[in-house]
Amino acid sequence: MSQAVESRTRIKSERYESGVIPYAKMGYWDPDYVIKETDILALFRCTPQPGVDPVEAAAALAGESSTATWTVVWTDLLTACDLYRAKAYRVDPVPGAADTYFCYVAYDIDLFEEGSLANLTASIIGNIFGFKAVKALRLEDMRFPYALLKTYQGPATGLVVERERMDKFGRPLLGATVKPKLGLSGKNYGRVVFEGLKGGLDFLKDDENINSQPFMRYRERFLYSMEGVNHAAAMTGEVKGHYLNATAATMEDMYERADFCNQLGSIIVMIDLVIGYTAIQSMAKWCRKTDTILHLHRAGNSTYSRQKNHGMNFRVICKWMRMSGVDHIHAGTVVGKLEGDPLMIKGFYNTLLDCKSEVNLPEGLFFAQDWASLRKCVPVASGGIHCGQMHQLINYLGDDVVYQFGGGTIGHPDGIQAGATANRVALECMVLARNEGRDYVSEGPQILRDAAKTCGPLQTALDLWKDITFNYASTDTADFATTKTANR
Amino acid sequence: MKLTQGAFSFLPDLTDAQITKQIQYAIDKSWAVSIEYTDDPHPRNSYWEMWGLPLFDIKDPAAILFELNMARKAKPNYYIKISAFDNTRGTESCVLSFIVQRPAYEPGFRLVRQEVAGSSASLHYRSLCTLC
Repeated sequence: MSQAVESRTRIKSERYESGVIPYAKMGYWDPDYVIKETDILALFRCTPQPGVDPVEAAAALAGESSTATWTVVWTDLLTACDLYRAKAYRVDPVPGAADTYFCYVAYDIDLFEEGSLANLTASIIGNIFGFKAVKALRLEDMRFPYALLKTYQGPATGLVVERERMDKFGRPLLGATVKPKLGLSGKNYGRVVFEGLKGGLDFLKDDENINSQPFMRYRERFLYSMEGVNHAAAMTGEVKGHYLNATAATMEDMYERADFCNQLGSIIVMIDLVIGYTAIQSMAKWCRKTDTILHLHRAGNSTYSRQKNHGMNFRVICKWMRMSGVDHIHAGTVVGKLEGDPLMIKGFYNTLLDCKSEVNLPEGLFFAQDWASLRKCVPVASGGIHCGQMHQLINYLGDDVVYQFGGGTIGHPDGIQAGATANRVALECMVLARNEGRDYVSEGPQILRDAAKTCGPLQTALDLWKDITFNYASTDTADFATTKTANR
Repeated sequence: MKLTQGAFSFLPDLTDAQITKQIQYAIDKSWAVSIEYTDDPHPRNSYWEMWGLPLFDIKDPAAILFELNMARKAKPNYYIKISAFDNTRGTESCVLSFIVQRPAYEPGFRLVRQEVAGSSASLHYRSLCTLC
């Protein structure tokens, strides 16, 4: 009796026999893989479960973030399957960390839809972070090819045009967040906006959790804030702005709020990272269309970016957000109250501002890439900074940044205007001194004291905050060895 | 009012020695320095009058200070600013700008409020001419 048709047609190839075979053997590990110029590259910091071979873990990451499932499927044979398989091509032990490995994975460009961050991230961080074979996993860095970047809009306005619109050149921009975060009525809120801007700031800002609550509906806030903006502009002759937070429950609500911003003549609108990648890309397109600057608050990022062993590095968020099209993103202060190793922060800033990034391991940049003319995204330094640190801020963070002094403005004993003026004078005197070629970092405190002789509010601020520093060790630091480690 | 456009308007007016150092800074960076003046410093006035072309390839700050002094002499009651332009790829824009002369009296601007529907007001501001 002849065999049943099911048995006769079973696949005989060892590779495609039904069952479970190691990912590395399924074609997701190729140490000789030659990287194509159009490939997307990802670097994972991987801690395999005890007993799991790191190469197999790397192959599993490549597999599960591209085509694979846990078992062999014959339908692979209906595709040019080798192309769609991501390739783990390199595994290095992390210097100084036992049982942890840097795993490099390459993806063909056709694995991804053009211009869709949601599609990209659904592959790269979709499944693998819950994978049982790895104890912990962190996405450390990515390289995006020119060809893919050209399908993304990039910052709606960009640093250069933002400066041109604001008519502010040659110095960092200054901002402050309205405090208290919750509870102010619209009219009282607008008072803070007006005082801060008239005192010398360029921007005031809504906080991440101020939307349209019972104590102040969004239209009330927008109306009074814009009165503050326009009044301060008339009294100083400068272009001023207030980041109006349009974050809301639905995309329709956000468009409605953003449209109201636009109708009132606001130059800038704000969103929170928690609205999601698709909503961010939608708002970036809205901003390009309406000549509006887009400020992004990175609300929520530390839930997955801070711990070294699991989650994703903030530099990857920086890359994704520059591609998505935001103009501003909070990126750390070095000297303030929030997490940040100086070199790592430098790496974030460079990621946002470079035309071309080079490999820089101390800054945590593992890949070189050309930014394909995507505009520059302005880093925002916010959280526990004050004017007494101005020389350090300029030294670490440079000119192309918004310094946001919330408490450092509104907490001034002589009022918000005085606080704003202290910050602006501190900034201007430090830029002037630096341009004059002075050693402003070591002479900084003296430069500030000298400027305070003609500015009472600065003297008061320096006296009040002179001892405030936040010296804690960073959790997120670079891991690299100065000599190349061998490939496995 | 004191117009606070430019990088150094919150400091006491710069002396010529201080201005020279800023110009030197720009020259050291290979930026082109230009001089512009206006009697209409409205914040949205992107185009002040140019005092000649931007000074490309000038190595001596004294040459720029000479032009600044000529501008001051010709336009004693105008705002004058110095700007520096960086033509590096990715920037190609102004990278430093500061006021170096103000009129004796700075009238500023008036916020014009026009009642419209609901609680909204149409807000805009108008320059009050410095030469009136």
